[in-house]
Formats: sequence, structure tokens, C-alpha cells
Amino acid sequence: MTALLSVEGLRLGYARADVVHGIGLAVQRGSIVSLIGSNGAGKTTILRSLSGLMKPRAGSVRWSHGETVEIAGEAAHRIARRGIVQVPEGRQVFANMTVAENLRLGAYHVATPEAARRQEAVVARFPRLGERLRQQAGYLSGGEQQMLAMGRALMAEPVLLLLDEPSMGLAPLIVEEIFAIIASLRAEGRTILLVEQNASAALAIADYAYVLETGRIRLQGEAAEVARNPEVTAAYLGV
Amino acid sequence: MLEQQLVNGVVLGATYALFAIGFTLMFGVMGVINLTYGVYFALGAFAALWSTQGLGLPIWAALPLGAAVAGVLAVAVDTLLLTRLRKAKAPELASLMVTLGATLFLYAGMAAALGTEIRRFPAGVFDGGAYSLGAVRIGGTQVLIFGAALVLVVALLALVRGSRLGLAIRAVAENPDAAALMGINGALMLRVVSFLSGAIGGAAGVLVGLNFNAIQPFMGEHMMLRGFAVIIVGGLGDLRGALLAGLLLGLAEVLTAAYLSSTLKDMIAFALLVATLWFRPLGLFGRAAAKRA
Repeated sequence: MTALLSVEGLRLGYARADVVHGIGLAVQRGSIVSLIGSNGAGKTTILRSLSGLMKPRAGSVRWSHGETVEIAGEAAHRIARRGIVQVPEGRQVFANMTVAENLRLGAYHVATPEAARRQEAVVARFPRLGERLRQQAGYLSGGEQQMLAMGRALMAEPVLLLLDEPSMGLAPLIVEEIFAIIASLRAEGRTILLVEQNASAALAIADYAYVLETGRIRLQGEAAEVARNPEVTAAYLGV
Repeated sequence: MLEQQLVNGVVLGATYALFAIGFTLMFGVMGVINLTYGVYFALGAFAALWSTQGLGLPIWAALPLGAAVAGVLAVAVDTLLLTRLRKAKAPELASLMVTLGATLFLYAGMAAALGTEIRRFPAGVFDGGAYSLGAVRIGGTQVLIFGAALVLVVALLALVRGSRLGLAIRAVAENPDAAALMGINGALMLRVVSFLSGAIGGAAGVLVGLNFNAIQPFMGEHMMLRGFAVIIVGGLGDLRGALLAGLLLGLAEVLTAAYLSSTLKDMIAFALLVATLWFRPLGLFGRAAAKRA
């Protein structure tokens, strides 16, 4: 089966240093693929290149939704319009705008009546956002901002959702809530590439996992298998 | 007479507000103080002058034409000079210096091509008569200037605050990367903003040219000093602030000239600037930088 997204030989870097050294990965339609690794392993850099925020130095990124196209190096706004939507690290909600305006921007290319319908669906999923539609996003709590960032991405009805550290800096109860929502999105058939430092939570809901170490794939396999790997349990699961 | 001075002050203030609103929009979205803004003001006036003299167009056609010519130049300057700096994430000072150089280049070019003598609109380009309201006399030109400035300011506010395009512009201003992730073409939005700002500067040039009936290449320099005062007093990047501060400055200048001395009126803008910053360092509507980001 052709993967929805398939990456080969991806090389990424800042200034003179390479950060990611020619990695390959594949994301099958309808699955959650998790990318785990310690701080500085290159996880966020990889996501930024997939969403177009960063240009790869080498390698190919193939997108097979309908026809298969090469999207490495394409501008971020074009990649977003293909249905690859990133929830960036640190949420990056539009702090000066209201919750409703943030959501509207998620469906920027959609006519207003359709955007309103999608907003209803997002609010049904995140009722707390519904109570705060007129509030300025900058005043929301960290957990609410994460929900808003995810809700905003869902407004685009993405084919592939790229989640960058959705649990970062959040209280354990909120993390549980966020991961329950991620699991429910998969149950609805969405495809998710999840980058997480919280390896145990990520491996618990993922189908497939890659372990990244200093810009190279150290290990990959079914998430359950990876979770049982002694190296992984020692290094990331604190067992 | 106070009422008459108030009317004159509001009309002058409307041109300052219009000028400043384009300037502050450019800053608010691009994050760069673009010194070439004064050039668009002068170019708009010249394009309108040329279209009334050379093409015999009426003022209602010359105004949008002047604005459009200025807008196109603003897009060209931004695309040629600032796009590269933005991509390289150059410091703000670098952009400021580049726009300073461009300003000197463009003024010199305009002076060489058009001469530095003061030009006037052809007689009768606009004859709106005059109206009396009690003892207050309002010229047709004043009505036109105030009306046009009002329409443009309201249209711009409606666009930025109330439309989908405005939402995208604000998103790009606040966080270009996040906006790109929403599928918004940031480069295109910056071009739209350049055009709008340049066109508003150009329209202000046409209206000020009409108000004083004096057009010359360096007219923008004189205006830029006021523009700076207005956008800083209003709060950098804030459209409502620029509107209010522009009106205040116009009133203050006219009242000073009428009741104190016309030689003092140039000091007013800067006295106002210093006084505002003294009490409100971020301007009337200024927000802390951390919250803006």
C-alpha cells in the first residue's frame, strides 16, 4: 500500500550544521505515527520541514492524496492547502485575536457558512472553546490554547495532522484529555504524525513509532514493540 | 473665531489622520518603519496633478489614479528592497537604513525629473463653492478633503477589522509562520498591505495638495515628521490611535497658529509627542510588545 506521506533521505540543518542526517519515514493513511526522542534530536525540525516552514537541504517528501506529488521545499501555505496541517510547538495561537477569529483562520479558504458548520463541530469536540469564543486567545490557559491550536487545525479538515509536542507544559489531567482527543481523531479515520517527548503517552496511542537520536532514526517498528524495547524503556520510559 | 478654527483644524487633522493611518498600517504589518512612505505621498499628488493637467481628468478620477500609482510604487519598493531582508531575517535597523537610502534615491529622482518648483492644480479643478453655517465658512474643497479622508479611513478600518482579507492580514502581522500553516500566502498579503498603505499615502498627498494647492517633490518630508509624531502618539501600528492623534495634531496646529503664533505651530507636534510619551510610553492605544507578538 502506498503511504500517504513518504520521506526519503531528508537532510535538514541550520546555518553550517546539519541537524537531521538523511532520514526516511512513512505515514500510512488512517494511522498515528509517533516520532519520539530527546530534546534536540531533530523532531520539531522534521515537522517544520514537512509543513514547509523550513526548506530541506536534500531528500524527497512524497504526498499521495489522489495523485502522488513531490512536496519537499514547497511553500508552507501551499502544503497547508494540500491538507497537511501542523499544530506548531508552543501552540502559536494568534494571541491578539479572539478564539472565534483563530478558528475562522483555520478554515481561511472556506466560505463562511461552511466555516460556521466546521466551527460547530470543533466546539462540540472542545466545549471549553465554545464558552470562550469572544475571548482574546492570549488570555486562555495553556491547555485551552492547546485545544484552540488543535481546533484551529481541525477547521481545515486536514488529511494529515502534524502535532508538535501537544503535551508540552500542560498539567497531567489536561495531557490525558488531549491524548484522548488524539485517539478519537484516529478513530474517525484521521492520519496523525505525532512528535512527543512524553514517549509513554505517545507510544500508547500510536500504531507505528520512530525513535530519533541526534538527527538519525535509531529504531522503528510497531508502537507496542518499540515500547517493549529495552533500550527505549531505559532511555525514554524511565523504567 | 473658535468655530471656524475648529473646522479648519478638523480638516487638516483628517489629512494627517489619513496619512498616518497608511504609515502605521505598513509598520503594524511589516514591522518596519518604512521611510519611503513620504515619497508615495508626493508621488500621489504629482500623479493626480498630471492626470488633471495632462489628461484633463476631473478630481474624482485623479484622486484614485494618484492613489493607485503611489500604491504600485510602494509594492515595487517593498518587493525589490525589503523582501530579501525579510527572508534573511535582517535586523530592523538594516531595513530602516535601506528605506532611508531608497527615500533619498527616489526624492532625487523625482526632483531631477519633475523639478523642485511648486506646482498647482489647474484653476477650477474642483469648485465645490462654499457653504456658510452660521458664521462658519466651509469651502467645498474642505468638504471634499474631509469627506474623502473619512470614506478612506472607514473603508480601511472595515477592511482590516471586518473582512476575511483583513483577518488574514492581521494573522500575517501577528505570526507569519502560523498564518502560513493556515494556508495564507504571506508574501501576497504583504504586497496587498504595501499597495493599500502606498495608495492611502498617495491619496493623502492628493488631498493635501488640494488643501494648500502646492505640490513639490519634497512635500512628503514635511509630512513625515508629522506622520511620525502621529503614529507614535497613537501607538505604533494602531489604526484607531493614528486616527485620533492625527485629528488632535491638526486641531492643535490650527489653534496654535490662530491664538498664539503660526511660527510656534511646528513645535506643537513634537511637544505633543514628548508629552504623550512622558505619560504613556506606548502611545494612546499602545500595547506591550510581548502581547502584540
